[in-house]
Order: sequence, then C-alpha cells, then structure tokens
Amino acid sequence: MSFVTVTNIFQSYDGRPILERVNVSVDESQFISIVGASGCGKSTFLRLLLAQEQPTRGDVQIAGAPPAREPGLDRGVVFQKYSVFPHMTVRQNIVAGESLRRGWGTFWGAEAKDARKRADATLARIGLDHVADQYPATLSGGMQQRLAIGQALVAKPRVLLLDEPFGALDPGTRLAMHDFLMELRAETGMTVFMVTHDLEEAFKLGDRVLVFDKPRWDPHDPSLYGATITYDFDARDGGIPFQRLKEDTHVLHETRS
Amino acid sequence: MRLINRKPGRPLALFLALLPFVVVFVAYAIGSDIRLAENPSDKLLPAPSTIWDTAARLITEPDLRSGRILFWHDTTASLGRLAMGIGISALLGLVFGLLIGLLPIMRSFLAQFVAVLSMIPPLALLPILFIVFGLGELSKVVLIVVGTLPFIIRDLSQRVLEIPQELLIKAQTLGASTWVITLRVAIPQVLPRLIQAVRLSLGPAWLFLIAAEAIASDLGLGYRIFLVRRFLAMDVILTYVIWITILAFLMDWALRTLSRRLFPWAEDGL
Ligand SMILES: Nc1ncnc2c1ncn2[C@@H]1O[C@H](COP(=O)(O)OP(=O)(O)O)[C@@H](O)[C@H]1O
Ligand SMILES: [Mg+2]
Repeated sequence: MSFVTVTNIFQSYDGRPILERVNVSVDESQFISIVGASGCGKSTFLRLLLAQEQPTRGDVQIAGAPPAREPGLDRGVVFQKYSVFPHMTVRQNIVAGESLRRGWGTFWGAEAKDARKRADATLARIGLDHVADQYPATLSGGMQQRLAIGQALVAKPRVLLLDEPFGALDPGTRLAMHDFLMELRAETGMTVFMVTHDLEEAFKLGDRVLVFDKPRWDPHDPSLYGATITYDFDARDGGIPFQRLKEDTHVLHETRS
Repeated sequence: MRLINRKPGRPLALFLALLPFVVVFVAYAIGSDIRLAENPSDKLLPAPSTIWDTAARLITEPDLRSGRILFWHDTTASLGRLAMGIGISALLGLVFGLLIGLLPIMRSFLAQFVAVLSMIPPLALLPILFIVFGLGELSKVVLIVVGTLPFIIRDLSQRVLEIPQELLIKAQTLGASTWVITLRVAIPQVLPRLIQAVRLSLGPAWLFLIAAEAIASDLGLGYRIFLVRRFLAMDVILTYVIWITILAFLMDWALRTLSRRLFPWAEDGL
C-alpha cells in the first residue's frame, strides 16, 4: 500500500517551471534519498511534501488523507541550518517538541517535570545529556543537527523530511550521524525523505534513490523546462538489485547443505 | 603595517577614549578663562568651578519659595514622562510589530499606513496634541509616543520578518498554533531587538520631551533649562545639560546590560 503518493506535481515560480510531472509513491517506513544538480528543485519538492507551499498542479497525499494545506504534526523536518530554536536551551528544545502543540506552548507543574524527565532520557539517548543546559549556539554543527533530529522525532511525525541535514558537517561527524540516523530509524520505523549532495550517502542510507533532472533541455533557454524524477534506483543491498536473491539461491544453499 | 591592522593596546585604548573628553574640557576652560579675564561678569562661559558650585547648590539646597529641591523634582517629573512614553511605545511597538511581521493580512492592512505615519514630523503635531490633550502630562507622553512609535513598529516588524523561515516552519511541524508561535518563537526572538529599538529611540524621546516641557510645563528638566535661559544662567543650563547627558547614558548602559543578562543566547550585535 502506498503511504506517500505524489501525483503529477507541477511547480512554477513566476511562470518559470521548476518541477514538472513528478509522480512517485512510497511505502511506509521506506527511506528515500533524493539527489540532483543544485538548483534543480529538490528543496522545492521537500517543501511540497511538507505542505509549506502548494503545487501549481497535482497533489501530495499522506496515508490517504486529503492534501495538507500547511505544515503540521504529521511531517517533521530538519534543515541544514536554523533547525533548532536558538533562544531555548538544549533541554528546552527537546521539551518544545512535545509542548508547542499545547494551547500556551508549554507544560505546567507536574507535567512540566515529567516532560523534563522524558527530555533528559531523550538527550541521554542522543548523547547530548552533558550539554542539556547550554544554548545551541555553543554546540558543534554535528551536535546541533543531532538535537534537531531528536527534537523532530519527539513529536513522532509519520514522515521525516531532511534537507541536506549533514551538508555542513565534516566527513567524520557525517559518518557518526549516519549511524545515529539509521539507529533512530530502525527504532521508529519512520518514512524518511532525505535530500543530499553526496551520492555515496544517498545509496548508503536510502532504500531508494530518486534522481531529479531535466528530461528536456532547450539549449537557448535552459529555464524553459522543469525537472522531474529521471531515475528511481533500488538502493537496498548497496544498490545492487537481486544480490540477495542470487546469494540465497547459489551460494548460501550450497554451503548450508 | 597597514593602518587597518594596527590595534591599540589596553592603556592606549583607554587613553584614546578619554582624550576627547579632556580636550573638550580643557578647550572650554581656556575659552572661559579668556572671556572672564576680559570681563569678570561675563555669563556666557562660566568657569568650571562656578558650574561645579552651582551644581552642588542645585542638588542640595531647597528652593526658597517652595522648600523643595527643584533639581530632583524636575528629574523625577521628566523621567516619569519619559518612562511612560517609551514604555507605551515599546509595548504598542511590540504588538504591532508582531502583527505586521507575522500575519500577511495585517501586513497588507497596516504596513503602508505605518510607513506614511512615520513621515509626519511629530513636532508639527505638538500644537494639536496640546489642543486635544490639554497642557498636562498626557500631551507630553503622547508626543513621545507619537514620535517614537512608528520607528519601533517598523523596526520590529522588519525584525520579525527576518526570523528565519525555517524556525517558523519547524514550530508548525511541532504542532504550534499562530498564538504559540508568537509566544514561544517570535517574542523571544525579537525581545532583544525591542530593547535595541528602545535604545535607539531614547535620543528622539528626550528631544520630544524637552520640546514639550519647554513649551508648556511647570516642572521638568526641559522646562527649567528654558526658564533660566531668560536670566542667561549658563551655569544652571550647563548643569542640567550635563545631568541629562549622564541620565541618557546611564539608561542606554542599563538597557544594554539588561539585554545581555536576559538574552545570553543572542551573543553579539547588542
Ligand atoms: N519561493 C521561490 N520563488 C521563486 N523561485 C524560487 C523559490 N524557491 C526556489 N526557487 C527557485 O527554484 C529553483 C530550485 O530551487 P531549490 O528547490 O532550492 O533547488 P535545490 O534544493 O535542488 O538546490 C531555483 O532556481 C530557485 O531559484
Ligand atoms: Mg536545496
């Protein structure tokens, strides 16, 4: 059953087409990597999934619900920067993941105490308990992104959208973040869309890799046509389809028998 | 070494910072000395020692007629009006800045209107304020509000618009309503800017206060300066001017310190 269904999306700004005829359907708990040249509309696609803006044509459906008109609790997001609240401490940022949906955006009394305890457990889980009372500006880039992902996850979204979340991190931190993200994902079974510049990262983390590109190209006016999904790779087993099948039938059976 | 790379050490920096004050003081003292040498009863540039004596008298000795120390009464009256005017401006500025910055409908409705309002020279409205609100406290406070509010609204709405879109989106994905976004994201983000806008408005606020006091009042720093002008009492005027400068400087310093205390996350730029 398709969980996220994108039907024939077109998006143009000021009459300039950015995306055209984008169709894709994604099962629940799939990890979708999105790659493509810079400026081809990957972030635009995420904004459409997030319902931050509406497509010129077509629609996005999640879990069969009617297309959303604004961002909400069912979709979490982590941007490359500005993804946590700078005026809240690390702990307050995590608590905000649960409390902002409330009437006054905050917990009172015993509830506040419980929320703080849960936040501390979350912080311990994501390895930020030692900086709970600091402001995000004092954290490294990797820690800030870990906090952003943790904050998005405490809201328990059904779909998590990541726009180049590790783009500004150094290679070592990036690898650590991969492990971190894969662990969390295994725990929560969330559906993830991640835009990245890094092909290796895309294939390593994704179940599928979507490539955005312009199928048609006018040499006189490159902005005449928009981009769409030109390739849709199965990226399980390191991007080699049927690998497991072959191993099962030819290699493993023989050794087992 | 290039001039742009030459930084003064700590003693030199301190010396350079104090130098202009010393130069102005010495220049004044010499000028005053020359004039007084020609004409001992000259009132235009009283000797620093005279100003000092006058200041000491003003601060400590009660008025013969009323038995009050007018200096302090002037000070509290003026500071009260100033605090009231700036306080109202800050509060209204925050409310309208948030409305215009956060709500596209309000932006369409009010942004141009405020832009036009801010072009009205407030002092030109002073007669109208006196007619409408009388010659009492109200018209003075209203003049300060009218004079500073449009700037604060425009500055603050701009700051609200500058809040990274990402943060507003993020809050929405965490289920925040418009009200909660205002309360928990926008207000904390712009409060440091509000304090900054208030600091920048203090100069104009003093200007409007003194103008209003000069024209119609019976108490206040501005009133006193314009009153004693008739007697060419330069020593009194200078004492008051120095006092106003000290007050303005202290307010600015206090607001800056407050901002640093309250908003440690806002780092620099304050
Ligand atoms: N709100 C907008 N208004 C006008 N043009 C936009 C807007 N957002 C994006 N664009 C344009 O759309 C194109 C795709 O942008 P984007 O989706 O950010 O690319 P990517 O994330 O793939 O680098 C760019 O040329 C950008 O200038
Ligand atoms: Mg992008």
